[in-house]
Amino acid sequence: MSAQPQRGRLSTLAAAYVIARRDFVATLWSRSFIFFLLGPLFPVFVSTMAGSIGSQVEQTIDAPQIGLMMQARDVDAMLSAQAALARDLGDDVPELVVIRRLKPGESGDPHTALADRRVNGGNLSAIISGTPAAPVLTGTRERITASHGAVALIAARASGHGPNVVPKVALSATATSTAAQNHSRIITAQAAQTLLFLLTMLLAGMVLSNLVEEKGNKIIEILAAAIPMDAVFLGKLFAMLAVSLVGIGVWAVAGGVIHMVGGSALPSLTAPAVGWPLFLLLGVAYFSMAYLVLGAIFLAIGSLASTVREIQTLNMPVTMMQLVVFFFASYAMARQGTMVEAAAILVPFSSPFAMLARAAIHPEIWPHLAALGWQALWVAIFIRGGAALFRKRVMQSGPATRSAKRRGLIAALRHPRG
Amino acid sequence: MMRFGLGEARVASNGTADGTRPLAIEARGLVKRFDGFTAVDGVDLSVPEGSIYGILGPNGAGKTTTLRMLLGIIDPDLGVRRVLGHERPGDVAHTIGYLPEERGLYPAMKAYEAIAFLGALRGLPMAEGRRRGKALLEEHGLGYAIDRQIRQLSKGMAQQVQLLGTLVHQPRLVVLDEPFSGLDAINQGKLEQMIRGLAAGGTTVIFSTHVIAHAERLCDEVAIIAGGRVPFAGPVDVARDRIPAQVRLETRQADGPWRATLPADTRHEGRYWLFSLPDTGIEPLLRAVIEGEAGILSLSIERAGLHDAFVAIAGEAAARALIENAPEEVA
Repeated sequence: MSAQPQRGRLSTLAAAYVIARRDFVATLWSRSFIFFLLGPLFPVFVSTMAGSIGSQVEQTIDAPQIGLMMQARDVDAMLSAQAALARDLGDDVPELVVIRRLKPGESGDPHTALADRRVNGGNLSAIISGTPAAPVLTGTRERITASHGAVALIAARASGHGPNVVPKVALSATATSTAAQNHSRIITAQAAQTLLFLLTMLLAGMVLSNLVEEKGNKIIEILAAAIPMDAVFLGKLFAMLAVSLVGIGVWAVAGGVIHMVGGSALPSLTAPAVGWPLFLLLGVAYFSMAYLVLGAIFLAIGSLASTVREIQTLNMPVTMMQLVVFFFASYAMARQGTMVEAAAILVPFSSPFAMLARAAIHPEIWPHLAALGWQALWVAIFIRGGAALFRKRVMQSGPATRSAKRRGLIAALRHPRG
Repeated sequence: MMRFGLGEARVASNGTADGTRPLAIEARGLVKRFDGFTAVDGVDLSVPEGSIYGILGPNGAGKTTTLRMLLGIIDPDLGVRRVLGHERPGDVAHTIGYLPEERGLYPAMKAYEAIAFLGALRGLPMAEGRRRGKALLEEHGLGYAIDRQIRQLSKGMAQQVQLLGTLVHQPRLVVLDEPFSGLDAINQGKLEQMIRGLAAGGTTVIFSTHVIAHAERLCDEVAIIAGGRVPFAGPVDVARDRIPAQVRLETRQADGPWRATLPADTRHEGRYWLFSLPDTGIEPLLRAVIEGEAGILSLSIERAGLHDAFVAIAGEAAARALIENAPEEVA
C-alpha cells in the first residue's frame, strides 16, 4: 500500500460532522429512538409529578384582584368595607385595589383600564365603578358573574345600609380581561415548559446511552487519536439534536393527523403573547439551549464512569436535578417580574424554561435575544469544560488501580489509570 | 541541535537519527505522571522513516502511555515530541493510522462501513472509504464478510477489519498497540507479513509488544521500556551486541593444561564448555586447545538473542514479567 496521502487534516467542524452523521444514523435505527417517539406519553407521568406546583401556580393566577374606579370618598368606603368583611369572612372576600380616585365630576372608563396591561400588572379580573349605592361591575362575563355577589356585599356595607339592603350591581361585560388572558397564557406557558422538560430529559438520556455504547465498544480512543475531542462532543450533541428534530417532525405529523380527526373536540391553547410562529421558533431555540447545556453535562459526567452501572448511578441525581430545574422554572413562572423569575432566567439550566414561559406571557422580544446570547455563552462554556474533563479522564491506559476501584468515581478522578 | 520548549529536552533540528536518515518520530524526555505515579519517565525515541520499530516491555511498563503521547491523545507533562515533522501530532492526524490496544468498532456497522468510517475520521471521503473498504476486505480474504455487521464477526475477524480501517487512508505512519494480542498463530503470521509489506512501501510502522519473538523477527530498531524508562533504544543488532556471543565447545579430553586458556566465566556441562566469546576473539583460544590436544568434537558460536539482550538491559524482573504476560507465540 503506498503512503501518499492526498488530503489534509479534518477541521473541527468537519470532524464533528463525521461523528454526528454516524450517531444520527445509528440512533435513528435504534430502540432508543422508538422510546423517544413514545415520549409524548410521559406527560401523564410528569403532570402527576408536577401536580402540586401546578396547582400552586393555578391558585396564584386564580386570585386576580378587583379594581376600584370611584370617587375618592367612595373608594375609601369600599376599602373599609372590604377590610371589615375580610375580617369576618376570610379569604372569600375578593381583594380590592385602587385603580383611580376620581375627582368630583370626573368619570373613568373601566373598559379601557381593563384592556391596559400596565394597570396593576395586568392582574385585574374586573373593575367596580359607579357608587356604593349603585355599583357597576365591569369585566368578562365569567368573572363578573363569579364576583358580583361579593361586590354587592362590600357595596352594601360601604353604603352604610347594613347587610339587609343590598344594592343591585350593574354588570358590564367585556370580551376578555387581562387576567383571563394571563391565565390562559400561563396554561400555554406551562404546557410549553412541560414539553421542553420532557424533550430535554429524553434527549439527555439518549446522549448517555450513546456514550455508554461508545465506552463499551472502546472506539473512543480511536476518535481521540484522529480528531479533536471538541469535535467528538459537538458531533454527539448535534447528532442528538438532529434526531430530536426528526422526532418532533414525526410528532407534528401525528399531531396534525389527530387534530384533523379530532377537530374541535380537542382542547386548544391560548395564543402566546409573542404569537404562535415566533413562540414555536423560540421553543426550538430554547429547547436547543436547554438540551445542549444538559447534554454537555451528561457527556462530561458520563465520561467519568467506567461501567454501565456507574452510568446508571450517575443518571439518577442528574435526573433529579432536571426535575428540580423544571419545578424551579414553574415556580418562577408564577412570580413574573420578581427576583425569583430573574434568578430562573439567569441560571443557565432553568433559563430556557423561564424564558419560554415569558414568551407565552409577555410580548417583548428583545429579552429573548439577550437570553439566547447568555445561554449560548453557557453552552460554549459547558462544551469546553466537558470536553476537557472528558479528554483528561477517558484517555488513560491499563486497568483501574485497586484504590481507585475502592474509592469510586471521585478517587478515579484523582487517580487516573496509568 | 535546536532547543524546543521544556527542560533539557532536545530534538535534532535536521530531523534525522544519524544526520542522514529522516525521522518519522522524535521524542525527547517525555514524562507523564498520573497523580503522583510516574507512568513514563524521560523517554527518548528516534524512529527512522520507513522502518519497523518495536516498543518492547512488559504490561504496565508505559508502552501505551508513550504511544498515546506520541499520537497526541494525551499530552506529556514534560518533554517534546515531533511526529512527521510536526510538534502537534493532531496536525498530521490524517497521515497516521492507529490501532489501539483495546479494539473497538460499532457492532451494528457493516464491515466495509466500519472501514470507511475509520477512514472518514482521517479525512477520507465516505464514498471512497466504502470502495476501498470492500476492496481491502476482498484482498485479505474477507470478501464474504463485506456486508456482515461487526457483531456477526468473530473477534479475530473484527480485529482484522479494524486493522484494515487503520490502513484504509494510506497513512505514512502506522502505530499499532499490541497488534498481535488476540490473534491466532495464522493471523499473527499474516499480520507480520502485512507489517513488512507496509514498511517495504515506505510506511513507518511502530508497534508495542511484550512478545520478544515478534520484535526480533520484524523490527529494524527497538526501544526496551521498563518502569517507564527506556534503558535501550536502537537497532536490534546493537541490542544483541550488548551481550557477547556464547561459545559452545565440545572436547574429547576433559582435562589438560589447555584448560587454563579458557575464560574465567566458563561453565562445564558434560563434554561441553560454555563461555562468552573473548574480546580477543576465538582464534588464540582455539590454537591453545588444539596444541593441548584436547580433541575438538564440535564448536559453535551463538549470537545473543533479543531475549538475552532484554534480560541484560532491563533486568531479570522485567524479563520475568514479559514472559508471564506473553501470550502463545507463533512457532
